[in-house]
Amino acid sequence: MQILQNAFIPALLAGVGLYALYKGVDVFPTFLRGAKNGLKTAAGILPTMVGMLTVVYMLRASGAIDFAAAALAPLFGVLGIPKDCAALVLLKPISGGGGLALGSEIMQRCGPDSYVGRVAAVMLGASETSLYTLSVYSGHLGIGKTRYAVLAALCADVTAFAVSAAMVRLYFPCI
Amino acid sequence: MLSAVWVAFLTLSLVCGAATGRLDAVTEAVSEGAAQAVTLAISIAGLMCFWSGMMELLQASGLAGKLSRLLMPLLRPLFGRAAADQQAMEAVSANVTANLLGLSNAATPLGLRAVDRLYTLEGRRGAPDSVLTLITLNTASIQLIPSTVAAVRAACGAAAPFDIMLPVWGASVASVAVVLLCGRLLRPLFPDEI
Repeated sequence: MQILQNAFIPALLAGVGLYALYKGVDVFPTFLRGAKNGLKTAAGILPTMVGMLTVVYMLRASGAIDFAAAALAPLFGVLGIPKDCAALVLLKPISGGGGLALGSEIMQRCGPDSYVGRVAAVMLGASETSLYTLSVYSGHLGIGKTRYAVLAALCADVTAFAVSAAMVRLYFPCI
Repeated sequence: MLSAVWVAFLTLSLVCGAATGRLDAVTEAVSEGAAQAVTLAISIAGLMCFWSGMMELLQASGLAGKLSRLLMPLLRPLFGRAAADQQAMEAVSANVTANLLGLSNAATPLGLRAVDRLYTLEGRRGAPDSVLTLITLNTASIQLIPSTVAAVRAACGAAAPFDIMLPVWGASVASVAVVLLCGRLLRPLFPDEI
């Protein structure tokens, strides 16, 4: 299992490279084109991160995040979500950059390989900016009433967060 | 909405900081947070570039298209009558593939094209179930390789940045199952007002 997991990323990279070569793709220039787009994305993230991470640091310093965590603890305790990740649950559905900023602050403060740090990472990876996405799509089509969409999206978010915590406990039992 | 939330956060920092007597720490946090954001953005940029380059290869080699064709039969049962329309299902499948591969820049335009087609098929009125199915599917995450999160983990000094992959898959599958199931179950409770 461990070997399989360690081999996954290198095998994927080599596999994609070999397949592209076999298909006659001009591999390296194509890679560079994609990497340049990646750079654009990364550069675009920078201002968002500055805006969001600064606010997250301010909220943390003021004690507001701890208040929110304490207030939400009973509810999230039932779902098995650690209280340090409580604020992340509230922020991620509305802002991807905000979620990434808060999640990275949690990973940095608690350690990326700690229980809380891992739960924050899995929560980020397993959830989408649901309410924002919903507004983009319904706005594009001009749909005013989205019926059950918000409820379904929020149910999926709560599931993603609760299962994230459960999966980390299951998969990394000794931390 | 985000603007209001952001301003609310700034205000909350001021109010809570004043209440806890930690306004000095809040002030310090401004420069600390801003500097840390740049460090983080730069340290995750490398892996983001590399991954984006690999994904370009995946598209150029036709692997992404293959995956999209493989997914189509799995997606058809979700879309009722609209499933008979080849153009709609191709767009839906391309959108889901882009999400799976984490091509966030490509996924949204593809998704908008797909919902456009679905909405046209349904007569462009109300909020039809096929359209809502694709929208809610996009609100749940189905990314195979959580590369941005792995990059953040690496920047924080994780021993094995990608080792969270299996838990991410487990939680993603659960949330996608729930979003589809909720859509099915809630449908009769929220009739479409046309």
